[in-house]
Amino acid sequence: MTQTNEPLLRVDNLTMMYGDRVGCKDVSFELRPGEVLGIVGESGSGKSTLLRSISAQQEPTNGVVEYQTRIDGVRDVYQMSEAQRRLLMRTDWAFVHQNPRDGLRMNVSAGANIGERLMAIGDRHYGNIRSNADSWLGKVEIASERLDDLPSTFSGGMQQRLQIARNLVTSPRLVFMDEPTGGLDVSVQARLLDLLRGLVHDLNLAVIIVTHDLAVARLLSHRLMVMQQGKVIEHGLTDQVLDDPQHPYTQLLVSSILQN
Amino acid sequence: MEQIVKNPADGASAYNFAYLDEQTKRMIRRALLKAVAIPGYQVPFAGREMPMPYGWGTGGVQVTAAVIGPNDTLKVIDQGADDTTNAVSIRQFFAKTAKVATTEKTAEASIIQTRHRIPEKELREDQVLVYQVPIPEPLRFLEPRETETRKMHALEEYGLMHVKLYEDIARHGHIATTYAYPVMVDDRYVMDPSPTPKFDNPKMNDMAALQLFGAGREKRIYALPPYTKVKSLDFEDHPFEVQTWEDECGMCGARDSYLDEVILDDKGNRMFVCSDTDYCAERQEAGHRGPQHHDQPLGTSKREEAAE
Ligand SMILES: [Zn+2]
Repeated sequence: MTQTNEPLLRVDNLTMMYGDRVGCKDVSFELRPGEVLGIVGESGSGKSTLLRSISAQQEPTNGVVEYQTRIDGVRDVYQMSEAQRRLLMRTDWAFVHQNPRDGLRMNVSAGANIGERLMAIGDRHYGNIRSNADSWLGKVEIASERLDDLPSTFSGGMQQRLQIARNLVTSPRLVFMDEPTGGLDVSVQARLLDLLRGLVHDLNLAVIIVTHDLAVARLLSHRLMVMQQGKVIEHGLTDQVLDDPQHPYTQLLVSSILQN
Repeated sequence: MEQIVKNPADGASAYNFAYLDEQTKRMIRRALLKAVAIPGYQVPFAGREMPMPYGWGTGGVQVTAAVIGPNDTLKVIDQGADDTTNAVSIRQFFAKTAKVATTEKTAEASIIQTRHRIPEKELREDQVLVYQVPIPEPLRFLEPRETETRKMHALEEYGLMHVKLYEDIARHGHIATTYAYPVMVDDRYVMDPSPTPKFDNPKMNDMAALQLFGAGREKRIYALPPYTKVKSLDFEDHPFEVQTWEDECGMCGARDSYLDEVILDDKGNRMFVCSDTDYCAERQEAGHRGPQHHDQPLGTSKREEAAE
């Protein structure tokens, strides 16, 4: 078992350059099991670039991403073999995309979507896969009778909940989320946030969530990083950052949300 | 069978031996050698245009052209039958361009080119089975990106194949895939035996003959060397099963062969008959009789209907 005071993820001096243009620069932080880190900023602030680099989807120009693996101890994710890294990404990690279509297979049933990760790690018992998928459907508040339906027949909120179930079925310890409530109606957003908050708590998930929505960040995250022009300009406990922002840019962000 | 012929024996012929030029044949043979060395792995090759449409199996024709020698005896089957237009045309093509002997008898052939079926009669070490393949990539159904499917093969990420089978069971209550049923080759590569019926999958396993697969449109070659382990994918609680028939062959009474349903007239009368014409004929010659056998051969036109 990982000890709670040992970091699950350590990011050290991460820099992503696109030629002369800065994607993100000199970002360092640690994340512990069960901890939720919000990364906020406007579009173009580098938060999505940072998320891609941390989640092994885009190798950074500089810096290190280390993860406390279940069996191999601490590993630099970009030093792992591609096979090991892809295995990590579909077992102990999860990635929830803003658009559920990017995270779901639209041409197979909800059950097959949830079962895919189980089959990818060698589960070969149809009955077990199906009952596992059914149970996950329940956990994300989708009725059992939708198990064999295609995701294209689901509402946007249901698709997003299905994407979450599909990701969590292998009991990952670290979940990356990119604007998970973006594009949803306000009432649908609220329900999804409630659900996410419950799952994060019950499953003791570590989460890195990228959002431009400070209300989402406040509701879900323990800590906040504020990004501007590729750099982290403020980093602290969520309540502190939002109630007593130090950096002028953060103050501007917070006041603009208060005015809305 | 494989004798390299420098030049076509018949100088009057407008074609090189077996149509393809020697350089192209060597290129295909190199791809074949690589394919044999890595069973089930899809080897790209610079496929040539052949004087026939892709649907006629230009991949298989190119493979046959690359391995055939003047002393070979060629059999060509389409849906198990030697007498369909496709089979006859390919047989004539090689009779003309390579002047090889042709046969309809499985036992007499050194090379058998097929579109769908594997002959019922057990093949031998001195025989080669050449498949015409329309779609070589088994992962294509769920993953359209070629870069991604290549990576999946390289890293043995085959969970998607079971997603397809899962979906089958969820929709139909059983694995409804009957053709192009995916197999694991030598515990390493997942391969599509398309468009062979799953009835023939067990014959691929541990077969004495060399099996070569050519996909013309997608320009891929793959192979199963003799005695390769070939296992059909399945679930523990939904094991692989081959098709079975309640009926026997109406002509020869066979109960162990792949049967086609043949419509006899417009009154709805039908019968079942072996799809492997040579197997059926041989059994009839040996005196086996099915319930519809009236000591008259079944018309060719009906057989072609069944092959559609
Ligand atoms: Zn028969």
